[in-house]
Amino acid sequence: MGYGSIPDEPEFGAGSDAPAQVRPVSLEQSVQVATITSGVATNAHVEYLLRLADDRLILGHRLSEWCGHAPILEEDIALANIALDLIGQASLLLEHAGALEGAGRSNDALAFLRDETAFRNVQLVELPNGDFAVTIARLFLYSALQVPLLEALERSSDATLAGIAAKARKESTYHLRHGADWMLKLGDGTAESHERMQRAFNALWPYAQELLWGDAVDDAMAAESIATDVRTLADAWRSNVDRVVAAATLTMPTDSWRPSGGRTGRHTEHLGHLLAVMQVLPRSHPGAAW
Amino acid sequence: MVASALAPTADTLWDVLGSVLDPEVPVLSVVDLGIVRDIRVDASGTEVTITPTYSGCPAIQVIERDIEQALVRAGAYLPRVRTVFAPAWTSDWIGPAAREKLRAYGIAPPGPRVDAADPLVQILTRATAPDVACPFCGAPRTELRSAFGPTACKSIRFCSSCHQPFEAFKPI
Repeated sequence: MGYGSIPDEPEFGAGSDAPAQVRPVSLEQSVQVATITSGVATNAHVEYLLRLADDRLILGHRLSEWCGHAPILEEDIALANIALDLIGQASLLLEHAGALEGAGRSNDALAFLRDETAFRNVQLVELPNGDFAVTIARLFLYSALQVPLLEALERSSDATLAGIAAKARKESTYHLRHGADWMLKLGDGTAESHERMQRAFNALWPYAQELLWGDAVDDAMAAESIATDVRTLADAWRSNVDRVVAAATLTMPTDSWRPSGGRTGRHTEHLGHLLAVMQVLPRSHPGAAW
Repeated sequence: MVASALAPTADTLWDVLGSVLDPEVPVLSVVDLGIVRDIRVDASGTEVTITPTYSGCPAIQVIERDIEQALVRAGAYLPRVRTVFAPAWTSDWIGPAAREKLRAYGIAPPGPRVDAADPLVQILTRATAPDVACPFCGAPRTELRSAFGPTACKSIRFCSSCHQPFEAFKPI
């Protein structure tokens, strides 16, 4: 299957059939991984910003893959717009991370010249787009957390982060509404759309749990009032998710395995392929500008 | 250095930037849109503070360049453009005259910003969004086709009275 085609089915394992090859990473291992792979994770503040930024960059890239492939023209435009918002947010966050890091890396350098294990995104966002239902379920599950998270980050002691969050929250509110709207249309639609929406939701639900994964980086950010610990936003996220799932006549999957590791640089096999496509131009033509 | 005495004042530069058009909505100036937040002229130079409409607005670099060029042409003393993100841009900064220009151009101006405490209330209650009048025939009720339009700041709507699709500035 070529990179340009959209698979009819999610390429990753669904629910209980999924291989449990991703082991929970202990804090000790995480710190080791962070030190070895990124070469930059000297500071929790930078690490935290990379996590926020990389989720957006990778999800934005996945959504941009729909350009020219979406089911209807309006949706093609909508997904491209959402991708643009997310990549724009990522760009601002990476610029801020690069400035704080103080090693002279620009936002472009951080986006295009880091290797797979230096990326800090959750695995949820790197999975292939699957069918339209998978894309929508992911956008919804992700945005349902971003709105309360960004609202909390607007009160960050880091004024730059607070400014970016205030702007991003408005955009993410539109993304959440868009995802929720389609969850309702497909979940409460025809028998086939219901079945496919449910299947997509079930497949992503284990991966979505990593959105609430936290470690010593989150502890440090909370202690410095730079960020609210994401683990305290579980109820706000579940409230958004549960209400839409119920209104969409979908059923909440039972909790099963919880893959994690993305925050410390352990990714699925899909991220490397995504980066190969995303990074090829700046790596083949260093310093190219247009 | 006498340039600061002869250089244009902030008031003059507001007028100058009032003729720098937004590349995506070329009927509004960067001042009309509320992108220009502040102009300061002092002994250290001329500083224009701008804010983008959306985080990923692809036009922001073009806007920065256009503003810099306009400042240079106007003879501004040591001009520089600074981009800030807070306070976040809102469609409420588009004034009444600018809204009329938008309508005349065929783009429905933004309605009032709905900053509901619950972002999902509109979706879950399946409420219809606030009415947007057709910029062509003036029909008061039109239909939302997509919340995302050709640029991040606009949605796509359809008027069933005059059968025209049109763009509407999003309230944000």
